[in-house]
Amino acid sequence: MVSSETAGANVQSTDNIVEIRDVHYSVGSRAIFAGLNLTVPRGRITALMGPSGTGKTTLLRLMTGQIRPDSGQILFDGQDVGSLSTRELYELRMRMGMLFQNGALLTDIDVFENVAFPLREHTKLPNALIRHIVLTKLQAVGLRGAAELSPAELSGGMARRVALARAMATDPAMLIYDEPFAGLDPISMGMIVRLVRQMNNALGITSIVVSHDVAELAGLADVGYLLEGGKVAAAGTFDQLKDNDSRIVRQFMEGQSDGPVAFHYQPAPDYFNQLLADPV
Amino acid sequence: MNLLRELIESFRGFLIAVGSVSIFLMRMLGQVPRALLRPRLIVEQVYNAGALSLVIIMICGLFVGAVFGLQGYEVLQRFGAEQSLGVGAALGLLKELGPVVTALLFAGRAGTSLASEIGLMRATDQLAAMQMMAVDPVRRVAVPRFLGGVIAMPLLTMIFIAIGLFGVQQVAVQQLGVDAAGFWSQMRSAVEVADVTDGFIKSCVFGVVCSLIAVYEGYTATPTAEGVGRATTRTVVTSAVLVLMLNYMLSAAMLR
Repeated sequence: MVSSETAGANVQSTDNIVEIRDVHYSVGSRAIFAGLNLTVPRGRITALMGPSGTGKTTLLRLMTGQIRPDSGQILFDGQDVGSLSTRELYELRMRMGMLFQNGALLTDIDVFENVAFPLREHTKLPNALIRHIVLTKLQAVGLRGAAELSPAELSGGMARRVALARAMATDPAMLIYDEPFAGLDPISMGMIVRLVRQMNNALGITSIVVSHDVAELAGLADVGYLLEGGKVAAAGTFDQLKDNDSRIVRQFMEGQSDGPVAFHYQPAPDYFNQLLADPV
Repeated sequence: MNLLRELIESFRGFLIAVGSVSIFLMRMLGQVPRALLRPRLIVEQVYNAGALSLVIIMICGLFVGAVFGLQGYEVLQRFGAEQSLGVGAALGLLKELGPVVTALLFAGRAGTSLASEIGLMRATDQLAAMQMMAVDPVRRVAVPRFLGGVIAMPLLTMIFIAIGLFGVQQVAVQQLGVDAAGFWSQMRSAVEVADVTDGFIKSCVFGVVCSLIAVYEGYTATPTAEGVGRATTRTVVTSAVLVLMLNYMLSAAMLR
C-alpha cells in the first residue's frame, strides 16, 4: 500500500485551492480519518474515490465546514475552514457550490425559483436581471424549457442538472459533486459528464467529484485520490492509478469482489461451527 | 434502585429536551427581525397553517357547539335554567373549549404537516443545500413557519368559537325551543371583555407552543423515513399533553 505522504506527493501543483493537512476525524470510537493529507489543484477536476464507507461524503462535509475535524487543518484558499465562525463560513460558502446526490432541490418552489434562490437570498438584483441569469444557467444545462416544472416532475438526471444550474448561479470558484452519476441512465450520465467538463473548461472552475464509478471518472478527472482506511491509499492521474500495484488499488480499479476489502463481513464466527451449533 | 435510576434518567432527558427546545426558540427569536423583512414567506405559512386548517376547524366547531347545546339543555332544563345555556356555552367556548380544541386540532393538522415537511426537507438534504448556499435554514424555513402558526392559531380559535356558538344556537334555539331573546341577552350581559381576552391569551400561548414543538421536531428529526414518522408522532403527543397541562395552569392563573 502506498503511504498517504507518497500518494499526496504524486499530485504536483503549485496552486492548490484546497489543502488538507493531517486531518483526524472520528464518529464515536470509530476513526473515519487518521492523518489524512490531500490537495486539490486549482482549475482542475479532482476525483475522490474509495469503497463505500471510507468517508468520501464525510470528507466533503469537512471541506465545506458542515462538520469540524478533531485535529488537523482544512485550508480553502488559505483559510482554515475548521476555525471559521458561522458568518465567516457562510461567506466562504458563497465561493463554493455543491451538487448533492439527489439534487436537494427545494420542493415547495419550481425549477426557475430554485435556480433563482441563491440570487434572491444574497443579492438585491432586479427581477429582470435575475430572470436573465436564471434562463442563462438553465440554458447551459439544457433545461430552459423545464423552468416552470416543479421538482417532483423532474427525472433524477434532470434534478441534478437543475441543481447544477443552481450551484452555478452565484459563479463559485469551486464546485463539489457528491456521487453525481449514482442511479443515472447512460444518457443522463453522459449529460452530467459533459456538463462537469464544460464548467471546468469554459469557466475554469475547480471541480471535486466524489464517486466510485471508475470508468466515468477515468475519462473525466485530471487527478484522482483513492481513500481507504482513513487515509489516501493512492493518488495521481488515472494512468498512474491503473499502473499502481497496491492490492487495494487493483481491487478497486478492477472491481474485484474479494481482496483487502473482504467479501465476507468480519468478524464472523466460524461458518460450519455456527451451522452445527444448537440454536439458542 | 432500578426504578429510581430510570426516573432520574427520564428527568435528565426531560431537562435536556427542555434546554434544547429553549435554545432552538432563542435561535428563532434572534432571526425574527430578519425574517420579518420577507413578509411574503410568513403570509404563505399563515395560509398553510391557517387557511388549510379552516375546514376541519369549522366542522369540529359546529359539532362541538351542537353537542354542547344538547347536553347543556339536558342539564339546565332540570333546574328550569335553560335560558342560561347561552352564557354557559359562550364562557365554555371562549375560555376553555375554543382555545383547547383548536390547539389540539391544529397540532393534528398543521403541526404534523409542519413537522413532516421540515423533517423531509432534512432527509432530502434540502436544509444542508441551503446551508451550502450560505442561507440559514432557521431563518428561511423554521421562523416563517413558526410565525405563521403563531398568527394562525388565534384566528382559527376565533372562527372555532363563532361556529361553535352557531352550533349551540342551532340545537338549543332552533331545535329544542330555548327562547332566542333570553339566550342571546343573557349571553351579552354575562360575558365580559376579560373572558374574551382570557381565551385570546390562551390561544396565543398554544400557538407558540404547538408551532414551536412542530418546527423543532421537524428540524431535529433523524433524516430517515422512520425518523420523520417518529417526529410527526412526537409533535402530536407532546403538543396535546402540553396544551392540556398549560390550559389548567392558565385557567388557574386567570381565576378572578
